[in-house]
Amino acid sequence: MKIKQLSVFLQNKLGRFSEMATILGEAGINMQAFTVAENAEFGIVRLIVGDPERAARLLIERSFAVSVGEVFLLEMPDEPGALAARVNKLSDAGVFIEYMYAFSGANGKAVVALKPSDAVLCEKVLGE
Amino acid sequence: MRYWNEKMECMGAEEMRALQGERLRHIVRYTYERVAFYRQRMDEAGVSPDDIQTIDDIVKLPFMQKKDLRDYYPTGMFAAPMDEIVRFHASSGTTGKPIVAAYTASDLDDWSEGVARCLTAYGVTKDDVAQVSYGYGLFTGGLGAHDGATKVGCSVLPTSSGNTAKQIMLMRDLGATVLCCTPSYALYLAESIEQDKDIDVARDIKLRVGVFGAEPWTEGMRKALEDKLHIRAFDIYGLTEVSGPGVGGECECQNGTHIWEDLFYPEIIDPVTLQRVPDGQEGELVFTTLSKEGMPVIRYRTRDLTHLTRGRCSCGRTAVRMAKIMGRSDDMLIIRGVNVFPSQVEAVIMSMPEFTGQYFITLDRVNNIDTFDVDVELKLEYHSDSIKNINEIKSRLNAALVSVLGIKPSIHIVEPGSIERSMGKAKHVLDKRKM
Repeated sequence: MKIKQLSVFLQNKLGRFSEMATILGEAGINMQAFTVAENAEFGIVRLIVGDPERAARLLIERSFAVSVGEVFLLEMPDEPGALAARVNKLSDAGVFIEYMYAFSGANGKAVVALKPSDAVLCEKVLGE
Repeated sequence: MRYWNEKMECMGAEEMRALQGERLRHIVRYTYERVAFYRQRMDEAGVSPDDIQTIDDIVKLPFMQKKDLRDYYPTGMFAAPMDEIVRFHASSGTTGKPIVAAYTASDLDDWSEGVARCLTAYGVTKDDVAQVSYGYGLFTGGLGAHDGATKVGCSVLPTSSGNTAKQIMLMRDLGATVLCCTPSYALYLAESIEQDKDIDVARDIKLRVGVFGAEPWTEGMRKALEDKLHIRAFDIYGLTEVSGPGVGGECECQNGTHIWEDLFYPEIIDPVTLQRVPDGQEGELVFTTLSKEGMPVIRYRTRDLTHLTRGRCSCGRTAVRMAKIMGRSDDMLIIRGVNVFPSQVEAVIMSMPEFTGQYFITLDRVNNIDTFDVDVELKLEYHSDSIKNINEIKSRLNAALVSVLGIKPSIHIVEPGSIERSMGKAKHVLDKRKM
């Protein structure tokens, strides 16, 4: 299934991430998963939260640069080979994975969020 | 009403030259008799007031510059006695002593006459509500625009600068139709209006004319302000040393700034040889005030670089036109031996829709090499989950700057809103090499 992902642009400045995390924490919004893509000057935090619309609004009000996009959510048993089997299907079909990151584990399930090069194809391959 | 003062704005060239000659003859004698500085300089140059008969004789007179005004601080340049002086203004004076300007009642009248001519040329009438968001005080912007708008008969809303939320509330609630401020503050107001979800520009804001000056600005900035605020944006030109805003202004043709040359006589000189250059050729702008009493200036070198165009404009005015000032020679940066004006950087940034238009230049010297850093903000809608996209936009900006400037900057994308917004004259440059 597809899920909303927030991307937050952060300059490489001390405390900028914690500022963002504090705003979400105070609003009672839980971060379920995130990854940081960074270069020398800035990073982009990609983030999955409980209430993405509200989170985006709150952060934009506090002058963070936020964009909202979609990523795929793959749920699978937390066991060896489970992820390999799924991503093999994608590469066989010619879908690149632009980036991927894992959720904090919960009740025996493993979950990753994945950005494919071709969303339509990816959707077809994953049979959703 | 098309003209505020049709006679002066549309006068034929020969008649204007005769008037200028007559006024010059008077002002030269007036300053020679009253101000030691002029007497001394003219004596040194071997020129007497009798040598000045026509406007062409002006080339016999010596130049003066900002340093002279500083050296004679505070009152050495005053030509009228204190009981006739009714107002002072002063330059910001970031280095050393400020420049103090003094005005008689007649000077204030001429100054507001200049502003009224500009406002009328922009299409402003007594039916307009004019919000003056230039700073009030020693800076000439606030009171200058205020007096001019009052003369035209506008309903004047003297908000001064700052307190942006209240500015926007009053702009909406009182239906301001004219906004007078620096272009950089106008951009900040426009951004703040965009961010306010309760305000829709088309529905709630009645502005139709922008009166922008006190700092150099580009065509890109004009387009951005016109699009964001649904106005026509006009240049108003002036400087404290000569009077203040309203020395000249654009007309509806937006094709050069008309200088009110019956009051303020412009010349263009080569800044190196100090010789007059022909019309159309760029050089340094020099002013002589033809009617001022409190503190006249004669052949004052402005450091502004521009060129002049004569002849009747499509608006009907004959008042000489000056090209938009791209920079003060004082503002020119020399980076790795290359001349760079901040306005060139602005023009490039404004030409790319991805950026907010705010920018900040930092110069430094590391291992004897100049560093040239430019901070810019990406608009919210151009942010995404991809560093690659941001880097691609950045390299396009880089290529555009290199092709215009001839040197390579180091560009930094910073968070939107993080470059400090200015309420008055924007500060776009920090030159650490001078510290």
